[in-house]
Amino acid sequence: MREPAQHILNTWQEFKASVIKEIRKAAFFILFYGFSKAKRMIINMKDNKNNSILLSHGDGGVKTGRLISEIIGPALKNNILDRLEDSAIIPCRGAKAAFTTDSFVVSPLFFPGGDIGKLCVCGTINDLVTSGCRPAALSLSFIIEEGLDINVFKKVLESIKNTLEEAGEGIKIVTGDTKVVEKGNADKLFINTSGIGFIEDGPGISPSNIKEGDNIIINGNIADHGICILNCRQEFGFKADIKSDCAPLNSLVKDIKDAAGSGLHALRDATRGGLARVLIELSGSSKMNFDIYQDKIPIQRQTRGICEFLGMDPLYIANEGKMVVFAEEKNSIRILDAMKKNRYGKHSAIIGRVKGIKDKNRNASVTLITELGTKRVLDLHYSEQLPRIC
Amino acid sequence: MKKQVESILEEIKDLNKNLVFKKKYKTLKIMEVCGTHTMAIAKHGIRQLIPASIDLISGPGCPVCVTPIREIDKIIEIIKKYDATVFTFGDMMRVPGTNSSLLAEKARGKKIKICYSPTDALDFAESNPDKKIIFLAIGFETTIPLTAVIVKRAFEKKLNNFFVYSTHKTLPQALNALLSDSCINIGGFLMPGHVSAITGSSMYEGIPQKYGIACVISGFEPENILLSIHAILRQITGNDFRVEIMYKSVVRPEGNPVAFSLIFDVFEPADSEWRGLGLILGSGLELKKKFEGFDAKKIFPVANPVSCEPPGCRCGDVIKGIIKPFDCKKFGKSCTPENPVGACMVSSEGTCAAYFKYMAGI
Repeated sequence: MREPAQHILNTWQEFKASVIKEIRKAAFFILFYGFSKAKRMIINMKDNKNNSILLSHGDGGVKTGRLISEIIGPALKNNILDRLEDSAIIPCRGAKAAFTTDSFVVSPLFFPGGDIGKLCVCGTINDLVTSGCRPAALSLSFIIEEGLDINVFKKVLESIKNTLEEAGEGIKIVTGDTKVVEKGNADKLFINTSGIGFIEDGPGISPSNIKEGDNIIINGNIADHGICILNCRQEFGFKADIKSDCAPLNSLVKDIKDAAGSGLHALRDATRGGLARVLIELSGSSKMNFDIYQDKIPIQRQTRGICEFLGMDPLYIANEGKMVVFAEEKNSIRILDAMKKNRYGKHSAIIGRVKGIKDKNRNASVTLITELGTKRVLDLHYSEQLPRIC
Repeated sequence: MKKQVESILEEIKDLNKNLVFKKKYKTLKIMEVCGTHTMAIAKHGIRQLIPASIDLISGPGCPVCVTPIREIDKIIEIIKKYDATVFTFGDMMRVPGTNSSLLAEKARGKKIKICYSPTDALDFAESNPDKKIIFLAIGFETTIPLTAVIVKRAFEKKLNNFFVYSTHKTLPQALNALLSDSCINIGGFLMPGHVSAITGSSMYEGIPQKYGIACVISGFEPENILLSIHAILRQITGNDFRVEIMYKSVVRPEGNPVAFSLIFDVFEPADSEWRGLGLILGSGLELKKKFEGFDAKKIFPVANPVSCEPPGCRCGDVIKGIIKPFDCKKFGKSCTPENPVGACMVSSEGTCAAYFKYMAGI
């Protein structure tokens, strides 16, 4: 009987000591900094307890956002970086250039519908075209793990060449770098590409141009890339032939621009964090509410099936060839027709509408209207834990 | 809106109106026992469809949420003390222990791996005979047969580097314990579909008659959940309380005898602590004597850690359905999915996570 009693006593004393310590600390802070500042500091201290980078810092969710806004942003602050758009717009002798960079660490290197070579070209081209620019040149850097089969490397290069041809418009790789690290210090092959493009005169394309009444259009089935990668890792053994949607979207964007005239307001490629993340971010930066109709969102049956089986939400799963378009309602049918004619937009659909904000005190939000007609607000506090998908 | 859903809703509204009019209840509390139900109800916004006098509350049906903090502390102790590789399901990773979590230990370099199937752990043990592998087994009747299968396989293969740390629990005992708690006033149960597929409906016999509570085993599609709510209202109207299966495509009255008998080939009932509910007699499962060589609790003894629940966390009351997540002061403020204080916010099927993810701002 003595042991449990002693145990309870110990627990109680430790608890008492920790409470007294916390109260002392809090009193100290309040005395010196005032109540509200002290409260913030104590909360910050609690958050910093776990101070290493976790995989979730790279999943495109809340932690990624915090890493950028609280650690990277303050360290490197400037007026161009602070816009936090997919590509930076820099003035260049009277003209405007778009500049972007992206690293690729996908595992496995080859997957149905693409490979790391195709991905590294498409990713950077797609980031460039969201600013409405014409992509001109890319850089290409390899970090190679010692022991990589040279034939694998050749295959990746071949794929890079083919993807550049697929994209067309004279986009070239104009500079590059190669580094090799000891076995175990990287996983097979990592690639970084940067890209530069020039913005032609015309109406600006930017999230800040999104207007009330705009239609929201997407160019096809969502969630295929993330589920394809998951499926080809063979962890579940699903028999599905889902291909990654990885594609260079410069020709699609060109068709959209031609069809839209001045009616095109914003573009964004929905990659890590899925369609939901793009919508939530744009709703925040444009300060508009969006209504999204769940039954209008195109998704393949098998992709939806796997998502349901694993309890994942396809809205939050990565794509690599999906462009979200915000356009004036009167132009949207014309844009939709043009998109459907492009090879990367056969399943394009209007999935939602931009609504203004009536109550200025509330934050802008994205509301999903479910198939049953009920509503739910999409939240960035949630993301799928799928590391190394791009 | 789908026609079928509309017609079920009409009937639910009529039945409910009659029952309120006859003063059978002012508000009817229906508890969904299973975490997957909680998630489906929140995801499809079913609360927005049904009358306000029907209150859907969530029960102890998420295995991660009901695992007491002491178990987390213990497994962390084991990892620290013995150089072992731990395999577990993803949701367990972020559950906060008193001072740490498995995820934090992983970031510090401890060998903790997420698996999707227990066989991954067994395969790893077989191909790495020099390493000690512990499978942190968690779940109700749906996952217990899987653990039983791999323990049997490990026994046949005479593996000596594979161990199981069982936090398995069985549901029927918990429901009885919940009902004997007088501060909970439940009018109907949505019984878990997947668990019942293994146990069969006979496990719950006795509950309806003893406590006067409608019990309906439900599937997970919105139509199916609404049909089950309808069935509960019908039982209350007719004063005819019994266990009804509304998920006939999957659940049979006798369950899955093969899977069910597997459980008791390998495990035997033991007392088990539940978060929020306390110690429930016979609600846990320990490995039988024949398999005790695989029991991580016996092979890797650690001192009982000093565990304390995070102050202010009301997961226990949420699990019992006494409060809604919104009533907890920490909900959405200091307790969010990326910085969870309690287990109900961690698990993808936890009640707080469901409320946070799907019901914020509505």
